[in-house]
Amino acid sequence: MSATTAAPVSARALARRRRREAWRRGWTTFRSHRAGMIGLTVLTVFVLVALLAPLLAPAEGLEVTKATGGVLEKPSGEFWLGTDDKGRSVLTLLIWGSRISLFVGLMATLISMVIGTIIGITSGYFGGWTGAILFRLTEWFLVIPFLPLAIVMATVLGRSLLNIVIVIGVTSWPGTALLIRSQTLTIRERPYLERARVLGAGSTHQIRRHILPNVMPMVFANTTLTVAIAILTETTLSFLGLGDPTRVSWGTMLDQAFGVGAITTGAWWFIVPPGVCVVLVVLCFTLVGQALEEVLNPRLGERR
Amino acid sequence: MTDTVLEARGLSVTFGSRGGPLARAVDGVDLSVRTGEIVALVGESGSGKTTLARALLGLERPSAGDVLLDGASLDRSARGLRAFRRRVQLVLQDPAGALNPRHTVYESVAEGIRLHRLDSATGRTETDLVAEALSSAGLRPPERLFLRYPHELSGGQRQRVLIAGALAMNPQLLVADEPVSSLDASIRGEILALILHLRDTLGLGVLVVTHDLGLAWNIADRIAVMYLGRVVEAGPTEDVLRDPQHPYTRALLSVVPEIDHMDPVVLTGEVPDPTRIPHGCRFHPRCPALADGSAAAVADACRGTALPILPAGEGHHTACHLVAARQGAAS
Amino acid sequence: MSGLLEFEDVSVTYRTSGGDVPAVRGVSLSVAAGEVVGIAGESGCGKSTLAATILRLQPPSAKVTGRVLFEGEDVQTMRWGDLRALRWAGASMVFQGALHSLNPVQRVGAQIAEPIRLHEESLSDSAVARRVGELLEQVGLPAARARAYPHQLSGGQRQRVMIAMALACGPRLIVADEPTTALDVMVQAQVLGVLRDLVREFDVGLVMISHDLSVLADLCDRIAVMYAGRVVEQGPAGKVFTDPLHPYAAALAASFPHIGDMAARYAPSGLPGDPPDPADLPTGCSFHPRCPKRFGACETTDPQLRSDSAGRAAACLLVEGR
Ligand SMILES: Nc1ncnc2c1ncn2[C@@H]1O[C@H](COP(=O)(O)OP(=O)(O)OP(=O)(O)O)[C@@H](O)[C@H]1O
Ligand SMILES: Nc1ncnc2c1ncn2[C@@H]1O[C@H](COP(=O)(O)OP(=O)(O)OP(=O)(O)O)[C@@H](O)[C@H]1O
Ligand code: SF4
Ligand code: SF4
Ligand SMILES: [Mg+2]
Ligand SMILES: [Mg+2]
Repeated sequence: MSATTAAPVSARALARRRRREAWRRGWTTFRSHRAGMIGLTVLTVFVLVALLAPLLAPAEGLEVTKATGGVLEKPSGEFWLGTDDKGRSVLTLLIWGSRISLFVGLMATLISMVIGTIIGITSGYFGGWTGAILFRLTEWFLVIPFLPLAIVMATVLGRSLLNIVIVIGVTSWPGTALLIRSQTLTIRERPYLERARVLGAGSTHQIRRHILPNVMPMVFANTTLTVAIAILTETTLSFLGLGDPTRVSWGTMLDQAFGVGAITTGAWWFIVPPGVCVVLVVLCFTLVGQALEEVLNPRLGERR
Repeated sequence: MTDTVLEARGLSVTFGSRGGPLARAVDGVDLSVRTGEIVALVGESGSGKTTLARALLGLERPSAGDVLLDGASLDRSARGLRAFRRRVQLVLQDPAGALNPRHTVYESVAEGIRLHRLDSATGRTETDLVAEALSSAGLRPPERLFLRYPHELSGGQRQRVLIAGALAMNPQLLVADEPVSSLDASIRGEILALILHLRDTLGLGVLVVTHDLGLAWNIADRIAVMYLGRVVEAGPTEDVLRDPQHPYTRALLSVVPEIDHMDPVVLTGEVPDPTRIPHGCRFHPRCPALADGSAAAVADACRGTALPILPAGEGHHTACHLVAARQGAAS
Repeated sequence: MSGLLEFEDVSVTYRTSGGDVPAVRGVSLSVAAGEVVGIAGESGCGKSTLAATILRLQPPSAKVTGRVLFEGEDVQTMRWGDLRALRWAGASMVFQGALHSLNPVQRVGAQIAEPIRLHEESLSDSAVARRVGELLEQVGLPAARARAYPHQLSGGQRQRVMIAMALACGPRLIVADEPTTALDVMVQAQVLGVLRDLVREFDVGLVMISHDLSVLADLCDRIAVMYAGRVVEQGPAGKVFTDPLHPYAAALAASFPHIGDMAARYAPSGLPGDPPDPADLPTGCSFHPRCPKRFGACETTDPQLRSDSAGRAAACLLVEGR
């Protein structure tokens, strides 16, 4: 065997460089995707607004007792988006509402992704009893109408922010799970898994090193869609009066607006802004998701 | 080093398809390979070579018979298999699919080293071990390939990465499924020489699965010819390849382009199908000896009497009524 | 006979983090309709890379210069629509490494049927199924095998499915990258027969890539031998195999074991030395570190491919001086 001195640079350092390069390449591809870039920009603005809410609009603006405006005032120089039925600035509510809506959307997605990925991979990877039971469970969750289930759960658990997150997270995973399961099934048949087994790898290693990295892109691309669904669900639940009454979200704003008959009184400024925000955020997440899918699709990178 | 023997005894592997007929891919095979010995398993495409190899590694559960290591039945618990695979390695047939597309060459070769913590066991760095395995498989300089992904390699380079990954484990026995099929003559020669070298210096035992009879001639001590799930002829390579007995082996040898002293016999008749294994001798629908009348005396046996499983041990054995009759007459 | 496929001074360079890899360096070659051209050469010498340019299938990291003409049109600059039509029905490719390109969760019959359905929408389901069955039988598989999933097939059977897929739409050019490596001699003879008949009957052009010179000598009209990204010898198939001009081609042709030859027992023949590293090629003739016939000038002078009157060509200083 020929003499092999140690590699000039450590393999790990090289691997890190390689990974950085992959990221850069991914970013270049993403940037060439116009709709995705627009979506990302708009989302960044929303996130910044949510994070900087205390600076943009003082928190006192949320307290009914400290409200300075009249009831359902039209947009004006002082209140750019008018006021609500309690005299608070709609803009302030909107800014603070973005915090809750985005938080709920992201947290619920996280829960849903974790559950969906775990169940999807386990049911795909392990055949036999475990797989069959998990698959049935997934299917079962998928067929029960999602909204009624969420409503029932929200009613039972009570109206708090955490509960909303849990309710949405727990009801929206089956789609992800099915997707991940089918992906896992195709990966399980790949010879490289057999090679790993021959090398002495147990299930944990196989899942961690081979299956997870290969389903992750799909999980990511799917995340954006789930965020959109979660935000919509939060809105719907709040709109049905099942939200956390002590916090302002876009959903509770809409609920409140309907409650005070903003439509009949023509107070559009109370309804349109939260509605537009919800639609915009949902749309942007979808756009980003589509672009991500293109970036993460390995097929496009290699010969085919 | 003490001798290690991997053995298949009466091994059968069947595949069922839902509602469909059972495919008897391996249908009763005795075969053994020990350290310091190179055995070639040859046979046509679909004859069950890969299935047999996978069953030997415990990747496929036998429907009958058993796999034995040093005379003891294979321990199929997770822990038992792990220990077993530290000693017995497999090089998979499909080099394109057997490498994870998201792992670099380095990660793929290092996988086994990490799983068994071979770096601390040997007191050498992981990078060193990987580099050595790659260069011994003919990938030099190894550092240049460390960070390539499989799709950035040529077909032959992938095959060598697989070989490197198995050799890095320092196994006692190696089952190699078509290890050099996509390699050109120069690298093929190098890898075969490496296998011979490892056999001579470390006592590696190898079962090479191949359809390349020239390869068997190059390196194998013994050869087993497989047809439709059964070994039909087995023996020392010189005997089997220079004086083939079974009509199937003869036909196989006759179509090798480099052999000019035999008239090519192209087999006709139905394509062999493991879901419909013929009665009697499984080769009879295509047997040229039966077709040209030279086996007329045993024709009834060919069509109706099944042949016994060939023993795994030494000596030249053939599963054929005609050969048995000839030998009976001679003695 | 006009050129069906023409490579004009084609070079392909991969850009990687470890620097540029010039995998193909200035190859010119032509294939006429009804002609079988073989490309032989060592593993990693650029055969698959060259083949990928025919359908513009090289990865984005590859930079291609020179022209690849299919029926007179440059594939590399062709419009998308034309390229699609070309990939669809003009030329088809049998990829190296069979399972890699088969969908593991779809029956192979459905995968063969897909291009047929897209191509001839009017065909009924049963007609498509019949066609799939015929194709499978052409490559020596029972028609019932259409119902199998890829993992239920042996390596050689998957390879034959790939060949059947390439034949499905009646292409004018077939590029087969190592189509017979996974096949035993018996099936190999059969598949080569299928390909030969196709060429003869339908005037299809065939590019066969293989590391096995004996397979190419058997089937091809002409053979090009590549080394380190270049064609180093080119000529009529029989001649290249039996009387090679270039020392590398000679080494390739000489390295087949003769069964029964006791000298070959436990002595696999090969070419000594390291395969060339495309990113760091030797000076002068790139074969010189391994060449048994090298002499002083080889280390400094890079020989060009020169053809002689008999239609043969070789890139070697010895041949040039002859
Ligand atoms: N999972 C499976 N389900 C059903 N049939 C299978 C399965 N795996 C293999 N077979 C069948 O078993 C037979 C033997 O396959 P195997 O892969 O062992 O052949 P092989 O001798 O390795 O052939 P090759 O040289 O072409 O690789 C084939 O007919 C194949 O179709
Ligand atoms: N995407 C890529 N990025 C970088 N280098 C590559 C890439 N693809 C191939 N190469 C390199 O280019 C060279 C030529 O590869 P190619 O696949 O054309 O070889 P080949 O002649 O087909 O070999 P084989 O007979 O082994 O299949 C090899 O050294 C390979 O490592
Ligand atoms: S037993 Fe009969 S059919 Fe079978 S190989 Fe021998 S002669 Fe042929
Ligand atoms: S030019 Fe010199 S080194 Fe190159 S092939 Fe010819 S003799 Fe050998
Ligand atoms: Mg096989
Ligand atoms: Mg190739």
